[in-house]
Amino acid sequence: MATHRRITVGDSGGVCVVRFVDKKIVDSGSIEQLGEEMNSLVTVDKHGMILLNFDGVEFMSSAALNKLISLNSKVKAAGGKLKLCCLRAEIKEVFTITRLDRVFDLRKTEADAITAFKL
Amino acid sequence: MTSAEEHWSYDKILPSDLELGHAAIEELMAALGAAGWQGMDLFRIQMAIEEAVVNAIEHGNKRQFDKKVRLVFHVTGEKTTLEITDEGAGFDHRNVADPTVEELLDKPRGRGVMLMRELMNEAFFNELGNQVTMIKIRSVEIPEGDAS
Repeated sequence: MATHRRITVGDSGGVCVVRFVDKKIVDSGSIEQLGEEMNSLVTVDKHGMILLNFDGVEFMSSAALNKLISLNSKVKAAGGKLKLCCLRAEIKEVFTITRLDRVFDLRKTEADAITAFKL
Repeated sequence: MTSAEEHWSYDKILPSDLELGHAAIEELMAALGAAGWQGMDLFRIQMAIEEAVVNAIEHGNKRQFDKKVRLVFHVTGEKTTLEITDEGAGFDHRNVADPTVEELLDKPRGRGVMLMRELMNEAFFNELGNQVTMIKIRSVEIPEGDAS
């Protein structure tokens, strides 16, 4: 398993639950590292069910959004599932404006998301 | 700065360095907070200015340190005006592809201009496309619990 600096990784009923270390995801170096760490969950650790829990994340730039899109493509290509939960209203609005709420499965709580993986 | 009549201004020319750009954004956010801006408005302004500054440094000036970015900010309690100018060749801002169309929806690029236009009241470019001016008018926020 790779070492992570920008995320913490846990397990909930077979789902890989990812939390973010940074409250504000803006620094370009950190975003690059974040992308690599998230991608390694698919390419190295071979997780098939990944939940990104945004609890505590106050801000993210569109560069970070781009990393989520890349991750989504990797997860799909590997036949897995990706869900997002616990986004604050401001961040959710960005997904709505950009219509990325149609690309990502956004859930209100971690429990909702974990249940949805089992459906 | 405590009242709508008071005014905070910033006008600096920076080299193309993201760290310096982010430091300028931090100054802006602190001034907005001091002027009473909060919640959704603060987030929207931060998102828009991040896009504009990163675009100017990365796409406009191609991260060439000797090329400059000029940042001009005006903040009152009711209105924020942000002007970002780079020394790049500009771009065709009238023909930016819509990133929300089905075939571009899962492409990891091209949302910056759209976000600036959607999150601010106004966002417009000069003819060349190397300067963007954005205006945000403070929203009337509904206090929590009064939403119904």
